[in-house]
Amino acid sequence: MSTSFREITINGLWKNNPGLVQLLGLCPLLGTSNSTVNALGLGIATALVLICSNAAVSLIRNTVTNAVRLPVFVMIIAALTTCIELLMQAFTYELFQILGIFIPLITTNCIILGRAEAFAAKNSMLSASYDGLMMGIGFGLVLVAIGATRELLGTGMLFTNMHLLFGSIAEHWQIVVFENYKGFLLAILPPGAFLVLGLLIALKNWIDQLYAERIANTVTVSAPVVSRRVRVTGVVE
Amino acid sequence: MLPEISRSMLKNSLVLALFAAVTVAVVAITQQSTESRIIEAERAAQIRTLGEILPAYSYDNALLDNVIALNEPLLGHRAETPAYLATLAGQPAAVILQASAPDGYSGTISLLIGIMADGTLSGVRVIHHKETPGLGDRIELAKSPWIKSFDGKSLSNPAQRGWAVKKDQGDFDQFAGATITPRAVVAAVHKALQYFDQHHAELFAQLNTAQVKP
Repeated sequence: MSTSFREITINGLWKNNPGLVQLLGLCPLLGTSNSTVNALGLGIATALVLICSNAAVSLIRNTVTNAVRLPVFVMIIAALTTCIELLMQAFTYELFQILGIFIPLITTNCIILGRAEAFAAKNSMLSASYDGLMMGIGFGLVLVAIGATRELLGTGMLFTNMHLLFGSIAEHWQIVVFENYKGFLLAILPPGAFLVLGLLIALKNWIDQLYAERIANTVTVSAPVVSRRVRVTGVVE
Repeated sequence: MLPEISRSMLKNSLVLALFAAVTVAVVAITQQSTESRIIEAERAAQIRTLGEILPAYSYDNALLDNVIALNEPLLGHRAETPAYLATLAGQPAAVILQASAPDGYSGTISLLIGIMADGTLSGVRVIHHKETPGLGDRIELAKSPWIKSFDGKSLSNPAQRGWAVKKDQGDFDQFAGATITPRAVVAAVHKALQYFDQHHAELFAQLNTAQVKP
């Protein structure tokens, strides 16, 4: 059983996006998306754990029996998360402090165990790692989209404090989009996360619907031809 | 020969034990290799915070190596809390105290208060609070410059009566919609100054012992 890389890409980024369609890992998604830098930091951490855990689970998929499968997966995921946590503490200490409890919580993020069970346990290591990468990017993109929207609506600025993640080069990446902006507190507070996520899901469904309608339209144009042919074949038979 | 079920139990437990050992090893190796970097990063972050309230030119010792433990009810301490002693050319220059204001709007507000040897404030920063976002959180420097209104103040400037928010006939601004938060911070800073006034000799005496040790 193998899935093509093209299909994996489309699944992770759009059709089966963890944030917008599977709605998995909502707790960190809503909790850390109050600024772009927080969102990007957690997105990268989650993607790294996802890639490594998918690769590891795929490697051992034939040696572990069904009975102990889940505990083994959980152990792998917890170990990887702890490693990422230690690395973030060592290299991006301030960001680690801001993200706080959400880093160890990656262990309990349903996307990771979900992908291990649903995909990595049945596929080759290469496609499993690729699936981890695409799911990770899909989740990260949604996180960053929500984070940037909330930061922009809430503070009128974008990319504040990016140096927490990228070091001193990013010191001046901050963009003031609206001068003398009064701030829109709701966007920064937890309800803002739900609202923005809801709007994003609606946007995705709307785009899907437009796309489906366009396909339906092209089908209707050629419909007479199709039906005539069908009738013709019917007559011939 | 073991029955089928016992054999599968044995096999499964061995597999689990093996994975537990491997994952523990991976975590242990990562922990070992990042340990020194994490300590370094923690110290750097602490120095950055301390440096914000005490200008670099005002002291020349390693603050993190001149730490004393205080447990002082006047500073709102409930346990041993570190205080940092700064010296310039061997002379007492300043002290950085950690104080807690227990009467914030939603819980305790933790402050870092820098006091120069002459009793003036070099700076105050909020290190932890749970005040209402958008109202009380203007005690953070990131949200409002209010906290800088303490810079250069001392016990005699303003006088006793001025150490309150304007609503209480004092000298310090409150925020629209939030009086309790700045009131708590002003009171805590005032108490820290009183503490320093009564105890500065004793604080800097500990400095000498702290310096001799290393």
